[in-house]
Amino acid sequence: MRVFTWAILALALGLIILAGARVVAAQAPTPSDDDVNAVARELYCPVCENIPLDVCPTTACAQWRDLIRQMLAQGKSKEEIKQYFVAQYGDRVLAEPPRTGLNWLAYGLPPVVFLVGVFLVYRGMRGVIARRAKPAVQPAVQPMASPPEENVDPYLARVEEELRKRD
Amino acid sequence: MKEIMAEQATTTSTGKRLPLWVMAVSFTGLLLFLALIAWGLRRNQAGPIAIGQKVPGFSLTTFDGQALKTADFSGKVLVINFWASWCQPCEQEAPALEQAWQVYKPEGQVVFLGVDYVDTEPQALAFMKKFGVSYPNGPDLRTIISQMFHTTGVPETYILDRQGKLAYVKKGPFLSVGELTSVVDELVK
Repeated sequence: MRVFTWAILALALGLIILAGARVVAAQAPTPSDDDVNAVARELYCPVCENIPLDVCPTTACAQWRDLIRQMLAQGKSKEEIKQYFVAQYGDRVLAEPPRTGLNWLAYGLPPVVFLVGVFLVYRGMRGVIARRAKPAVQPAVQPMASPPEENVDPYLARVEEELRKRD
Repeated sequence: MKEIMAEQATTTSTGKRLPLWVMAVSFTGLLLFLALIAWGLRRNQAGPIAIGQKVPGFSLTTFDGQALKTADFSGKVLVINFWASWCQPCEQEAPALEQAWQVYKPEGQVVFLGVDYVDTEPQALAFMKKFGVSYPNGPDLRTIISQMFHTTGVPETYILDRQGKLAYVKKGPFLSVGELTSVVDELVK
């Protein structure tokens, strides 16, 4: 009789646990399209180049989005899903190249080139401003000393002489 | 004239030249960058494997976890088929490929390898089940194999002779078993 009671209790407990598990499963949120697209927009399918996965209309991309949905439902994070896709299809599926190896050039070179450009423009502008400012200052300052007579090119001296005559 | 000379003197005083080491580093960096671009372009524009050319070895891990190397099949004719479950023409040729595999399987002189291109595993397995595909098949992980062959789409089939040289390329589906066996039979002889 006691065994029978225990068996009934165990059965009842099992049914309660089973029912509870079903309720939990039913309440598990299904990833929405927005959730899927939040991951998909950072991926590109190699079949349809230059079209982000979230807006790509091909069957291949629809399958990828289904897979993302399944992985989200399994509780995988965005990074885990992206890593899976990289492992399966290579780095080129990523919207942004991973920050490793030669890929650093893509991130490092543009700011360096920009800064060098800014420096060169600054330097050039400073030269131009200095050149323009100089004649205005010159009269106040002692004009540049004339070259010694013995260093004057006879040809230039003659040109100057001719110009003076014309004035 | 004096003004001109004065201006020239000003230019010389304000327009200082960059230090030599800065210029050397800049030019070296530029040359390295150009070399890198040239290397990348050359790599990308390298043509596909030509008929008669030795095909580099590769490995394929099948969906059931078997690690296969092409080197293990030396001396045999190798039929490498690129496919995907989302590809309609692949559905057309799948029965022909399986039938041909059944023809050659008993003698063991021909090996078929299916390379699943940019596909999801559940869909790929469903495709294989649907068409009863029984020869070894595996995903083209990181698309390394398709990049090596410079495939332009799916389906594409590459047939290697016993010496491992590329003997035949089919871009598009085989429409009959005979179309495939006529090529393979010539290589098996």
